[in-house]
Amino acid sequence: MISLAQIPIPLIKIVVGLLGILIFIGLNGLACVYLERKVAGHIQRRPGPFEVGPHGILQPIADAVKLVAKQMITPKGADPILYWSAPIISFAPAIVCFLPLPFGPSLQNISINIGLIMVLAFSSLNVLALCLGGWSSQNKWSLLGAARDIAQSVAYEIPLLLSMLPIVLLTGSLNLADITAYQGAWPWQWLVVKQPLAFIIFFVCIFAETNRAPFDLPEAESELTAGFHTEYAGMGFGLFFLAEYSYMVVGCALATILFLGGYQGPVAPGWWWFLIKVYGLLMVMIWVRWSFPRVRFDQLLNLTWKWFTPLILINILITALVVKLI
Amino acid sequence: MAKKNQFLSCEAEDQLVEAPFINLQLTEKYLNICRAMSLWPMTFGLACCAIEMMAVGMARFDMARFGAEVFRPSPRQSDLMIVAGTVSKKMAPLLVRLYEQMPAPKWVIALGNCAISGGPFCFKGQYGIVEGVDKLVPVDVYVPGCPPRPEGLLEGLFKLQAKLTGKRWWPLPKGVENND
Repeated sequence: MISLAQIPIPLIKIVVGLLGILIFIGLNGLACVYLERKVAGHIQRRPGPFEVGPHGILQPIADAVKLVAKQMITPKGADPILYWSAPIISFAPAIVCFLPLPFGPSLQNISINIGLIMVLAFSSLNVLALCLGGWSSQNKWSLLGAARDIAQSVAYEIPLLLSMLPIVLLTGSLNLADITAYQGAWPWQWLVVKQPLAFIIFFVCIFAETNRAPFDLPEAESELTAGFHTEYAGMGFGLFFLAEYSYMVVGCALATILFLGGYQGPVAPGWWWFLIKVYGLLMVMIWVRWSFPRVRFDQLLNLTWKWFTPLILINILITALVVKLI
Repeated sequence: MAKKNQFLSCEAEDQLVEAPFINLQLTEKYLNICRAMSLWPMTFGLACCAIEMMAVGMARFDMARFGAEVFRPSPRQSDLMIVAGTVSKKMAPLLVRLYEQMPAPKWVIALGNCAISGGPFCFKGQYGIVEGVDKLVPVDVYVPGCPPRPEGLLEGLFKLQAKLTGKRWWPLPKGVENND
């Protein structure tokens, strides 16, 4: 019999943190579905979900329960192992991505000195999942969607990584808590003032990495039925959706930590500032989705290879020179 | 309203399924309410009734209020097939295939006279039209009209919700009696 004192403290911390993260991801999924449909409604001058619960507040719960209770179909000719592992591979790394994020001054699950690299490494596993899902479901739309997603993710991963380098050069750290602490409480002390170009490129790349409109080519509904998740029914589809919303929050949280001062605010710094900033950016993402049409694939690739990559390289060069000289 | 048991599309009506091993009536009740409140229709229009179906999704009538605006293009992710329009004999096999691709539990609304009975195409000597979609797939709710007004489709959705949960959820318009 192992007594409680023998269990190492870091293990307890990680288990508690993981539980908290899972609860947060679930609640965030529900909130995001509601927010998305409500914002979509109001942008199109209609109320959106309204009758299921007061102002439609129970709508995402009804959707989630329905999705869980749907029949699970494995299409004929699909590879069952790959087919069912794809949604799990898509969703599971999102949990790890939340581990090094500092939600508040003392609300960081594990403080490691390569936090930024860890988040990036695990969030790029999503591409593998979409590729597997598209390949194994034996459907031409899925395959086309997966092929588009790989081209898009490879193209946008580069400026995404490069746009974080100026921040690392300025702060001299990869630990997300240190990067937050480097910035001050007031908006003009945040790194977005020093690196506006990097912030814009980073934010646009997040759109492409999370397959959000106007870069939602992998699941382009008017061309590819539903893209890589055409054949997924019930909770397979639900997990892909949950993963998408989780990665959106991870992306917005990274933007908040790197550029917008993290949990710091003019009055009473704490996790509420962090959440306000993250959900503010999330609202911008939803706003953009319902305002802009989808880009063409050549426009998408031209944007990243001809504009973002050269611009961000110049930005890094200038930042490095300034850091060296001052 | 059509057949009582949803899951027996291919079997006769008197061949009922066995009683479940674990009977969870209360769970089943709430599950059905959740299903009724999130009926995702398939993006599937056959003829002019589809225009009315689009109008229901738009701002004036707004099916989103009842949680049914998520038009999924893939049959795997949809719960409700709205057969909106004339079913020609060319289209019939595809319609059946789409119905079979949808995961259970699934429902069908026949929208408009053509989908119900062939409508104006039902005459002696016609050769190209299926006279009634219920000859192909089990239909839950029939919405008559040529084409029905968008309110008609909304009412059909309410009827389907009532069929699922056993009660009507939304108030009736003034001067209309509930004749369920």
